Formats: sequence, structure tokens, C-alpha cells
Amino acid sequence: MGISREDLVYNIARHVDSSVHLFEKWGLKIWTDEEGKYVHEGRWQLMINGESYKIIVAEAAKNAITEAGGEVYERIFIVEPLLDGDKCVGAVGFSTREEKFYVFKAKATVATMGGAVHVFRPRSVGEGFGRSWYPPFNTGSSAYFTLKAGAEMTCQEVRFIPVRFKDAYGPVGAWFLLFKSRAISAEGGEYMVVRKEELQNWAPYGLAKPIPANLRNYLGMLDVDAGLGPLYMETDEAINKIADAYKDDPKGYKKKMKELDSEAWEDFLDMTISQAHLWASLNVKPEEKHSEIAACEPYFIGSHSGASGAWVSGPEDMDTPYKWGYNNMTTVNGLFAAGDASGASSHKFSSGSHAEGRITGKAAIKYIVEKGAEPNMDAAKVEEIKAKILAPLDRYQEFCNETTDPSVNQNYLLWRQFMDRLQKIMDDYAGGVTAAFKTSKSNLERAMELFVYLKEDSEKLGADDIYSLERCWENLHRMWQADAHIRTMLFREETRWPGYYFRSDTPKMDEENWHCFANCRYDPSTGEWEMMKKDVWNIPGV
Amino acid sequence: MPSFVITEKCDGCKGQDKTACMYICPNDLMFLDSDKMKAYNRDPSMCWECQCCVKICPQQAMDVRGYADFMPLGASCVPLRGSEDIMWTVKFRNGTIKRFKFPIRTIEEGTADPLGGFAAHEDLNSQALANEPESLGLDAVPTL
Repeated sequence: MGISREDLVYNIARHVDSSVHLFEKWGLKIWTDEEGKYVHEGRWQLMINGESYKIIVAEAAKNAITEAGGEVYERIFIVEPLLDGDKCVGAVGFSTREEKFYVFKAKATVATMGGAVHVFRPRSVGEGFGRSWYPPFNTGSSAYFTLKAGAEMTCQEVRFIPVRFKDAYGPVGAWFLLFKSRAISAEGGEYMVVRKEELQNWAPYGLAKPIPANLRNYLGMLDVDAGLGPLYMETDEAINKIADAYKDDPKGYKKKMKELDSEAWEDFLDMTISQAHLWASLNVKPEEKHSEIAACEPYFIGSHSGASGAWVSGPEDMDTPYKWGYNNMTTVNGLFAAGDASGASSHKFSSGSHAEGRITGKAAIKYIVEKGAEPNMDAAKVEEIKAKILAPLDRYQEFCNETTDPSVNQNYLLWRQFMDRLQKIMDDYAGGVTAAFKTSKSNLERAMELFVYLKEDSEKLGADDIYSLERCWENLHRMWQADAHIRTMLFREETRWPGYYFRSDTPKMDEENWHCFANCRYDPSTGEWEMMKKDVWNIPGV
Repeated sequence: MPSFVITEKCDGCKGQDKTACMYICPNDLMFLDSDKMKAYNRDPSMCWECQCCVKICPQQAMDVRGYADFMPLGASCVPLRGSEDIMWTVKFRNGTIKRFKFPIRTIEEGTADPLGGFAAHEDLNSQALANEPESLGLDAVPTL
């Protein structure tokens, strides 16, 4: 919607093919047709057999580190940055498997700890709570780490809401782009066609191809608001249309249907097994019956169609106003960010994020070679942070015997109780599912009032073991992501991303005043937040 | 679709310092009850059903039951992962069975060459990453 760091997007785009070629060399199977050419899904994506995708990519990284004589530390929850004035000199955290506290000293630090899930209340409320679209172990750690280091952040108002197969959140990309399926309302209207005129209200972005993800969401949401739901993906129509080309050849038809059946099920079994399970539990055969789709709850990611993350320095060989150091360095010296941790460079997916990670890794090495002084840290400060991180364990032990049921206690909150409070505030006032993704100045101000108490109570978390301690800190991280989100939605007095959130009191897009980045910064030395506008630079002549 | 452990099959990965499911769970959910020597998922509502535990269990003692919120009982998706392929048995609530076999990788696990065999350089001042431009399939990294 007009707000992106084109320099970062360009930089990722010119390197991303290299990452894809590497994935193939590392053993990822990419689909090819009879002529040996890659099978495309839409304009930019390739079809893969991706069951072991993460294993393959991680294996290459592990081999690279091992070859270089390095050591991999796993299962450590990084909690806080270590600072020396305006410089990041490392990080601290604890093992999630044993009683060990870690202090990492670093000449350069790269934050790539993913996005944030469960900041908002999910649609599912029982066992299905964990069936979020993005993994629930993305808990806002990147945002927390960069915010607490004092880095300027961007696009914190932009949450991502994907439309997916309802409840199990199976992917829709292959259905829309490979099988060319239509999405319709319960009454049969195709909302992208029926409501096409609405896109004029969001011009010029609404008239772009492809249509921005939030606007596609929005047109579907208008149908739901008008009582035309549920929405459906016309899987049966799509599959039969493809197979129809073989209708005069019974043998060919049977073969094609089998192939399509396998492709449709692999799409889920490779990446969202739960959706295959849901189809099986509802006796759904996609070639016979359509399936429900719906907008998920909000997530925070710098990748895909999200945008929230740290404000990072752009590529050195481009003439932009966004250069203050090394590629992908945040506004904090020695602290870099990539993937979901860096903002305003949407439409990087797994390969784009990988390429960005490589760009960032190289820049961090350059920083070390040119400026890397021995990290200087204050031992007393480290002890202070350690005591704060471990405090929930002590608090629980001190008070747990005061009540016959330790889960209800006046002196502490357990992580789940704290998370429920956070999610309720966000859902009720900040445009969650139950508020139909709508919010306003008054609602956001009310959320900020309640956040004062939430923050005070965050000092009173209790944990009975390491597992609970991990969950406590995850939710503290989420709270900071939520805080930045509320402040930035309040700051941006317009609605620019309908379909993600709608500010009902400022329901229109305001290009004159808000065609700019809305950035924020938390000052670690004063505890104050600063909100600021930054200009949008476009690549000349495009 | 939270994972669960079949009591009869789980042996607590005897002789190991931790169970396979504990090792692999990305959300730290699997836990060993060392008295019973049986593992369990300590918080099904935080389970993403990634099935890493199901795929790695040496005893095939793990399975998943559809999330109670929205999945009727009776279905299952059971994987069997080999070194090159994964086999799936999908059972519908109505008893229909589907079987699939998909490739998972093209080279042997552990053998990935980080540079992919492309020519590499060590010029820190260039915008070209270590094995570019060759890994791009271009003569040079594009510039504006």
C-alpha cells in the first residue's frame, strides 16, 4: 500500500535466485515438467517437494559453521540484548533443557528470532489454540530484542492476516495460483469480481496487479460482514476444470485425476498436516466438495505480506536516504536484523529471508573486520539482568505454598493467565477477530490504559520450572510487540491496510499526510517512546 | 491435532540422555516421566502439529488426534519417513484410506556443500555474496 523500503526489496530480489539455486544443490527437490523446466506457481514461485525443506537449509548452515571451526548452541532462549552505550555487545538467555544461563559476548549481533504469534487471541480457544498459521514458537523475540536495544522500528502498525482454509489454516497459494481456483461467498458470488469497484477507493494501490493481500482479505470480509459467509474455496470446480481437458480420454483422465489428487494432498501433508487431518475427519474429497476459507487472527512478521520489524540501513551501492552504516544494520551499532526481524521489505518468503540473512551475515563480518572492538560489558549489569530473568522462579517458590492450589495466588500470575490478559486486551481493543479487525483512537487509548496494569503485573510472573520460565519470557516479549503495535496504530491517523485493520474513526487512506513510514523508538536510557514519520523513497523511473 | 504417546509402545528411549521427541520438539513440549519411563506432551494446546516427534520416534509410539475444538474423531495422517521419501497413510472418518509417497530430498542427509560447488570469493567490499555471481546464473550482481 505504498509503504515499503524499495532499496531493501531490490537488494533481496537481486540475491534471492542464488539462495534458490543453493537450496537445489543442498538437496531440495524442485518440480520440473516433461521438458525439464521448473513448474511455476504464479509469477514468482516454484513448486517443491518441501517436506524436509527446513532440515535441508539448516543442514547446510550447520555444515558451514562446522567447517569454519565454529560451535552451534541450540535450545537457548535469547532473552535480552547486552549494551555498551549505543552499541550492542551481545545477548543473554537460558537453556530450555537444563539449568544453565548463557552470556554471549559479541563484536556484532544478528537478530533473526522470527515474528510474533499469539499476541492476539486466536480463533481457536481449546486444544486448537496452538494451531496458529505461523508457528506459536515465534513469540516476538526479534521485536523485543531490537526494541530493548533502542533500535528504531518501522511498520509496527502492520500486522498480517492471512486468509487460509478455515481452522486448520492449510495454505491457499497452490489452490489459487496452481489450480486456478475461485473463492466465493455462500451465495456463490466471487467477491473479487462482485466487489471490484471497492478497489477504486484504495487507488492507486488497489488497482495494482497483483492486488495487495490486505485488499483481497478486505473484499472477503465485506462479504462476511454482509451476511454472505461462510466463504468457500471452489476446489471441486478447479480440479474438474483441469481434468476436463482429458474428458475424451478415459485413461488419461484417470491418470490426471490421480496426479491432481496427489498434488492437492501433498500441498497440506508437506507443510500443514493438520489441514489434511481436518479434511479426513470431515470426509472431504477436494474434487467433490468445496472447503471453507477464513481470515486468520493477526500476526507480526517482516516477511510474506507483513512488514513490521527494525529499521535497517540499506545497500551501500544505492543512492538512498537510508544509509547509516552497513547493510541491514539497525540504528544501534553492531546490531543487525534480517528476515522477520527487519521491516518494510515485504514479500520476502523463506528464500528471500535466507538471501537477506546472507546479506546481513556478510555485512556483520565486514563490520567486525572494520570496527569490531572487543566487546565491553559490565559484569554487575549482567548479574542484574540475570536476576531479573530468573525472578519468576524465585517468586513462585516464595509464595506457592500460600494457597492449596498454586495456580491461583495473589502474589503472582502464571504465564497462561498473563497471556490470556494480553490477548483479551488486544482482541477487544486493538482490532482482533472478535472486533472484526476494527479499532479506533478511543479503543487504542483504552488499551494503553489497561497496558499500564499489564506491565506492572508482568513484574509479578511466577514459574514453577524452566518450561514455565520460557513461556513467561515469551509472553513478555509478546507484550512489547503489542505495545509497539498499539502506539503505532494510534500514531497513524488513517486506514491504509483495510483487511488487516480498520481504524473506524479515520476510515479513509490519507495520502497527503500519511504516505510515509510510521517509525517508533524506545529509549532504553529514559524508558520513553518516540514516534516519527520517515519519507518513502522510490526507485527512480519505475 | 496435538501429539500423544502410545503407552504400550513408548520405552522412554532407554539408554539415551533424553528422548527423541524431547530432542526434536521445537516448542519444548515433550517431557519424560522418568518414574514411568514414558514421554508425554505437557501442553497439547501449544502444539503446532508439526509432527517432528511423530516422524522421529524410533518406536513409532507417537501419533496425533485432531484438535478437539474442530475435528471430529476417527481420522489420522500417519507418516513413515525414509532417507529419500515419505509415505503417508491418510484415514478418513468414514474409513476411506489414501496412501501417498512423496520425495523429500535429492542428496544424502549430511552431505550438503554450503557453497553449493559454485566459485567463491572473499571480497568483503563487493555486493556479491560469497558464491555470486556464479550462483545467480548471471555474469554480475544486478545494479540500478
